[in-house]
Amino acid sequence: MSAAGERGVEAAVGLGAPRAAPKLLAPSPHHALFWLGAVLLGAALVVGLRLIGNEYGYFAGYFILQYIVLSSAWNILGGYAGYVNFGAAGFMAAGAYTAIALRKAFGLDLLPGIVAAGFVTGLLGLGTGYLTLRLRGVFFSIATLCLAVVLQTLIVNWDYVGGSRGAYIVRPREVPPFVSYGEYMFVVMLMLAILAVGISRTVELSRLGRGLQAIRDNERAAEAVGVPTLRLKLIATTLCGVLMGVAGAPLPYYSGYLNPEAAFSLAYAVNAIAMPLIGGAGSWLGPVIGAVLLGGLQQAATVTISSALNLWIVGWMLVIFVALFPRGIIGWFRRRA
Amino acid sequence: MDHLTRRQFGRLSLAAAIAGAGQVAGVFPALAQSANPIRIGFAMALSGGLAGNGRATLLAYQIWAQEVNARGGILGRPVQLVFYDDQTQPGLVPGIYTKLLDVDKVDIVTSPYATAMIAPAMPVVMQRNVTFLTIFGAGVNEAFKYDRHFNVNVVGDNMKETYATGYFEVAAMLPAPPRSIAIAAVDNEFAQKAAESARYHAKKRGIRIVYDRSYPPSTVDFTPIIRAMQSGRPDLVFIASYPPDSSGLVRAANELRFTPAIFGGGLVGPQLASFQSQFGPLLNNLVTWDVYSPEPTMDFPGVATFLQKYRELAPREQTDLLGNYIPPYAYAQMQTLEQTLTRIGKIDQAAMAADMHAQEFDTIVGKFRFSALGEWAEPRNLFVQFQGITDNELERYKRPGAKVILAPASLKSGSLRTPYGAAG
Amino acid sequence: MDPDLVLLLNGIVSGLLLGGLYAAAATGLAVSFGMLDIVNIAHPALMVMGAFSVVLIGTALGLDPLLVAVLQAPLFYLLGILIYGVYHHFFEKRGEEALQGLAFFFGVMFIIEVGLVMAFGPEQRFLDPPYAFITWRIGEIDLPLRMLAPALLALAALGALHLYLKRSFTGLAVAAVAQDAEALRLMAVNPVRIKRLAFGLSVALASIAGGALVVVQPVDPSSGQIFIGRVFAICIMGGMASLPGCLTAALLFGVVENVTATFYGPSWSPAVAFGWLLLVLAFRPQGLFGRMA
Repeated sequence: MSAAGERGVEAAVGLGAPRAAPKLLAPSPHHALFWLGAVLLGAALVVGLRLIGNEYGYFAGYFILQYIVLSSAWNILGGYAGYVNFGAAGFMAAGAYTAIALRKAFGLDLLPGIVAAGFVTGLLGLGTGYLTLRLRGVFFSIATLCLAVVLQTLIVNWDYVGGSRGAYIVRPREVPPFVSYGEYMFVVMLMLAILAVGISRTVELSRLGRGLQAIRDNERAAEAVGVPTLRLKLIATTLCGVLMGVAGAPLPYYSGYLNPEAAFSLAYAVNAIAMPLIGGAGSWLGPVIGAVLLGGLQQAATVTISSALNLWIVGWMLVIFVALFPRGIIGWFRRRA
Repeated sequence: MDHLTRRQFGRLSLAAAIAGAGQVAGVFPALAQSANPIRIGFAMALSGGLAGNGRATLLAYQIWAQEVNARGGILGRPVQLVFYDDQTQPGLVPGIYTKLLDVDKVDIVTSPYATAMIAPAMPVVMQRNVTFLTIFGAGVNEAFKYDRHFNVNVVGDNMKETYATGYFEVAAMLPAPPRSIAIAAVDNEFAQKAAESARYHAKKRGIRIVYDRSYPPSTVDFTPIIRAMQSGRPDLVFIASYPPDSSGLVRAANELRFTPAIFGGGLVGPQLASFQSQFGPLLNNLVTWDVYSPEPTMDFPGVATFLQKYRELAPREQTDLLGNYIPPYAYAQMQTLEQTLTRIGKIDQAAMAADMHAQEFDTIVGKFRFSALGEWAEPRNLFVQFQGITDNELERYKRPGAKVILAPASLKSGSLRTPYGAAG
Repeated sequence: MDPDLVLLLNGIVSGLLLGGLYAAAATGLAVSFGMLDIVNIAHPALMVMGAFSVVLIGTALGLDPLLVAVLQAPLFYLLGILIYGVYHHFFEKRGEEALQGLAFFFGVMFIIEVGLVMAFGPEQRFLDPPYAFITWRIGEIDLPLRMLAPALLALAALGALHLYLKRSFTGLAVAAVAQDAEALRLMAVNPVRIKRLAFGLSVALASIAGGALVVVQPVDPSSGQIFIGRVFAICIMGGMASLPGCLTAALLFGVVENVTATFYGPSWSPAVAFGWLLLVLAFRPQGLFGRMA
């Protein structure tokens, strides 16, 4: 245990230095520029897809964007602070089912559903934050896995939201300012993705992010030098929870039907971890690259190779990438630069 | 071309995939358009939990397509299947159907296998007002109420009131009227609806429910369920389960020497060859829901020929060896499509829907009409009993007598043997 | 006897037998995860791979599945050595094992599962030995050999492993690797060699667990998934590196699951079992039987 800690400190010293240097030179991390750029890119995407005029673009786009949100959320806790969350599917499903429950109870639509989902999963995240008080490393991961199982059992036995039969959401065929429901879903998820990436970037570049990195590198040492570890971890787990929840809330609207098996699908948990790792965990851009690459590949493979083979390719990709590019694609470029 | 080889199948699917991919990349536009085929698009579970039945369904479609093309196609055009693997992941389905309709621009879409995969395709299909012919859904359209949805499945409109009717008709054949029933259902849509129907009928007939529980699909050991049932000493046992748990429950019932007058219900699993070859004599006297049995009462024209062809190909395609469950219905689904198109003489979504609402279809699984919601107007839930099984040989399931039909009365081909566990 | 008491007794006994299967699945993990700190999330997938190979070999040669499982174990030992080689080269040596290593095993799990689908199709496979249809009955208690035989094999494997770890020099070295690899190096024992051997052993144990699984139930390529949570839970509750702890936790897990299923309905049994683990983790992170590190 202690050996790993020392290694962690070395790594922190070794890696922290080059990364910290530009930060000192540029105290303002160009937040305004980032937001402007992100919004412009988003707008360009919407306009571009509308010009292509093909519904499929929206669906493929939604698929990838939801993973951008999910993996950015995972990265805040996993990449920055080093707490691996196995329960991404659980959080996502909790968000989805919050949206379903609200619709059933009050007839509320997607947008209030997203807000509520963020609130509920934020609380859930806060709860897991308290778990980190006692649990480190893989124990925390297993605890999040347990949490997902417990949540799934609760949903399965909760008849009000459909239980194991699943819930139907009959969505309107038209949403006025948008050309189609597909575009509407795409725009909603796009905004969530911009928000998620923006938050994850702001966290990385702020004191919070540096504190989380200190926790990742050596939690005890960080505590010793006065980093308020518990508070930072609670913020991180809550943020992570909120973002995973909002990624899940549109899911029932996207598919029109949701059952627990689909909502708690292993694919979400796997991708939430695999994408940041492939892109480069610990940097806000990593999960984005990973989600675009792996999500795009999965979507493309689904509609081209279309057999079990494409899942196989994803498995091999993951293994080869983590073996050859241990710091993800971002890390590989940084090293070459 | 009487026999399809695996390589030809491979080419067929490859061609379909290339045709799909080609239009995106613009690589092979000529290939897709040269013969001007009628393109039928669908997603199908070729991997993941539903892949067993998904692959069998696909094989049935391919047999149909090959036969139709050998006859010169429909409306003078060959048919081409454009399909993608949905990996049993509902999240992939909306994307696939948008791709099929907007990028591949297929002429007709049919459904993936089973409710959880069909439902996510519905909004996409409805938005484009396309006629949607589905396979083995259960009550999907109750929520959507889409007037161009048609489902090939024996369960019909009102699953709650009709599904278990046959089971209770069989129960009424017992020498002493049954007084109590135990119900167990796996946590999934179809099984829960089946159990609901059993509950409904038990209450209606004044049969006391002594055990009524659901269990998660991740259950490993089924002895606690069987034992808890056993302690209530029910006359009837109604189980609604899926293949992995069906086998666990049948095993546990045998190990605990559970011998209620009727044991069975809505088990999915005993219909499949792998199950039959594993359990052999343990299946004797099991009374369960089914859709097809090679009894003389179900010898519809064409079904024997189809099954023979299917069974020749099944081993190489690694699908269910007998094809007694979903394949005849999948083939019939495509026959339905063919009959509609031939009748209206063009590809027109509105006309197809109108024709399907109005006409009767004559297929290898018999004649049927669609109701207003697009389900079979006359439900035909079979309740069969395994009889006289002496070993694990599969040949007997190709002939009458092994799986006797007890209900509905119109197709009855044998008489009830009781109790369960006595003959084994 | 009081019927409720009979139910309870049978619930406990069937839970113990189920726990035997869990023990078979978790023992290998107690070595790789508990002692070597390698988060081998692909362990259940390796078990299913073992089960498939048991079915194929057993059917072809007409042999008993448990016998085949033991006979093929050396092959899986070699496979384990191979996997560890890759893992060590790319992750452990670079000190990247925590996160990247986890992703590596995630990928391996995927590759195995999908590889099995591609090679053998998604259908269930089975190989029932004749005794799988026999149930012993002692008073009011049922003992199906289908559950008893794998449980006994699991006990035997666990016992042998325990003896090996306690009595042989290499075995002691494996235990020492878990405590302090540096000290081992000072004793002129190469910790990498020891870890390779131990990881090989853990995969060999996965193959034996595969044999046990075949006797209990038919297997399909995704059968491993439902075991992932359970085996890790058992390892942690057992206090990681402790084999007796692992066995006790496995048996307890089985009993809790089955007693809950008997009396409160099977719907809640996963929530009870995992909720219990969640509580253990929150209040006693060293496991029920572990000592404070």
